[in-house]
Amino acid sequence: MMTPDVNIIKKDIRKLAIIASKGSLDMAYPPMILANAARMAGIEVHMFFTFWGLDIITKKKMNGLNVAMVGNPNMHPMVHIPSIIGMLPGMSALGSWMMRQEIAKLDFPPVGEFMQMIVDTGASVYGCKMSMDMMKLKKEDLIDGAEVLGAMEFMEISEGAQLLFV
Amino acid sequence: MSEILSAVAFDKDGFMVDANAWTPEIANALAAREGMELTERHWVVLNYCRTEWKTKGEAPTLRNINKNTDVGTKELYQLFPGGPGKLAAKIAGLKKPTGCI
Repeated sequence: MMTPDVNIIKKDIRKLAIIASKGSLDMAYPPMILANAARMAGIEVHMFFTFWGLDIITKKKMNGLNVAMVGNPNMHPMVHIPSIIGMLPGMSALGSWMMRQEIAKLDFPPVGEFMQMIVDTGASVYGCKMSMDMMKLKKEDLIDGAEVLGAMEFMEISEGAQLLFV
Repeated sequence: MSEILSAVAFDKDGFMVDANAWTPEIANALAAREGMELTERHWVVLNYCRTEWKTKGEAPTLRNINKNTDVGTKELYQLFPGGPGKLAAKIAGLKKPTGCI
């Protein structure tokens, strides 16, 4: 879709900072897609992963993210799934499996591969130090290329950037 | 170089209006305008973009280029430092890809 008149603003966007705080499968993709799109357009990108968002860049967890079937009003893939069904064992795994299939159909890579791609684009990827201490994670547990950073340091790095909180 | 470009029609974002009017010489001139010099590796990407455009009618996404050439993400960003999504298509005389990835 062409929207010619937004270019006046577009020219000034040179830096994007994204805070990813959620680790469910459906909340992992928006920050990744936006970061990648920004890099494709030549915009500098800094991604800060905090709390559950850390799962997106944790090697052992990144490829096993799930969608919540209960308390998720958008979770109605083909038919509406009542909460009481969503509570049954295995339903979240089934829902996540279905969503992964749909994501693959659109040619979006799985989370681990996508994050590696984003690191390769030259985007900076940071794990929140405090959350990592809380979850007993070390730098080696994160995707290669990720740095560990405190929130205040991130504030310095993201100075002047447009900020997105997911 | 610039004489070549003065005969070419561009839209206001610097993309060629008519992809059919593109020639390799125009590509060289466009690259020079972006401060780049095209190497054999650039041409792997540019030729692939042209081929894709001929069959599908638009520039390929970076993921498509990644998957179907031997040029990986890192190299793409080294070859087209101003943002390969737009730049590769621009130099190949195409509109920017509409895909998100």
